[in-house]
Amino acid sequence: MNQFGDAIVYLNDPYNWTRPGGIFDLLVEHLAISAVAVLAAMVVALPAGVALGTSGRGGGLIVGLSNVSRAVPTLALLTLFAVSPIGFGNPATAIALAVFAIPPILTNTYVGFRGVDADVQEAARAMGMSGGQVIRRVDLPLAMPLVMTGIRTATVQVVATAGLAALVGGGGLGQIINLGFGQQNYGEMIAGAVLVAALALLTELTLVALAWAVTPGAKRFPWTATRRPDAAGVAMTPEPTAAGVPL
Amino acid sequence: MVLLEAVDQAPNPWFDPSYVIDNWTTILRYLGEHVRLTVLAVLLGAVIALPLAVLARRSRFLAGPVLALSTIVYTIPSLAMFAFIFPFTGLSSTTVLVGLVAYSLVILVRNFLAGLQGVPDDVREAARGMGYGPARLFVQVDLPLALPAFMAGLRIATVSTVALTTVGVLVGHGGLGQLIVGGFNANFYRAEIVTGTIGCVLLALLADLLLAGTERLLTPWARMVRA
Repeated sequence: MNQFGDAIVYLNDPYNWTRPGGIFDLLVEHLAISAVAVLAAMVVALPAGVALGTSGRGGGLIVGLSNVSRAVPTLALLTLFAVSPIGFGNPATAIALAVFAIPPILTNTYVGFRGVDADVQEAARAMGMSGGQVIRRVDLPLAMPLVMTGIRTATVQVVATAGLAALVGGGGLGQIINLGFGQQNYGEMIAGAVLVAALALLTELTLVALAWAVTPGAKRFPWTATRRPDAAGVAMTPEPTAAGVPL
Repeated sequence: MVLLEAVDQAPNPWFDPSYVIDNWTTILRYLGEHVRLTVLAVLLGAVIALPLAVLARRSRFLAGPVLALSTIVYTIPSLAMFAFIFPFTGLSSTTVLVGLVAYSLVILVRNFLAGLQGVPDDVREAARGMGYGPARLFVQVDLPLALPAFMAGLRIATVSTVALTTVGVLVGHGGLGQLIVGGFNANFYRAEIVTGTIGCVLLALLADLLLAGTERLLTPWARMVRA
């Protein structure tokens, strides 16, 4: 497997990292596209999820939306936005990725706020909390693990699929894979794949740590979810919603 | 310059029935490849996932690594996955198939394991007390009780495999994805792109409906409870 050696050589050359249009430049571009996409999705999905979850309406709509979004290939939407009047490039990529980031955030926020114990809410109201206070100081902490799961899923998905934009004229680290393949420079292609995969895994780990930090109460890592049966001896169900879809 | 202007002003509709009619055999060929890759990937994934899930249920030590590994495989982007496999299998549909099997495998292991863990211990105990052997216990007790979770896993795996197959364009075997990227490369030919996209979505929905129907047929007792 000569190509894997070539990949190491490529990654070891500092010039490949620092030259204009090199790995650092592409990494910054990749992260900027991803950040814009995730933030845009959060602006849309978090308020909608809170509103629908606290009122308990629109569940069927959300389930339908997340199912349909799974059936639409990311590559197709990236291509469609690229040939729309927006034109190909980073804005089109960010919009397409934001569309795919909405369902996981929306679904998890909805489920999180929906699942808050009604007794707890009633107790909070009986203690004189206003509607806004109940949402901020009771619902939000209780829904936090699921809200963070949604944001983590969406972010990892965006960072991972941003690479696909390179197939249709977009920027980011996927360009290294696409360029290496096009030039039959398979060492470069594999180096790009290593970078894209490492970035996705790092994003996952960062977001897990972030979720750990902002979640009040008992701490638990996501990958131990089904391992330990809870007190009743019933195994924890795996994470709900769109978490389990490859990118 | 004149030529460029002509290209700019040429109509580029989002959908064009004449494109579908004129290129029917090409579309069918890509559709066939898409279906073949999806069916093979989900079947192979299920065949590998079932024994893994059974083993993982039996021992806690195995369940941890199996789930951790599946989390890592999920996180690897499909483009990178195909690029990793390419040096071994080259420009063939095998490259795409191996990647798709890996993804469907990790979805299915999780859902199969969740289904098997959801079988109440009392029920298994009762079956053993009635003299069921391990094989009969699995086929007549575990399997029917875990069936809804199994089918849910198969549906998710199938729908996401249909979507993921498009990324196989990297090595020239992306099924309907060939139309999507082919249209982009053919001077942003929208009709071809939209035809490929609609084909993918319809295929995914059709596969999901078929599996939902199969689940209904396989679990007549679920309907009886509801009625």
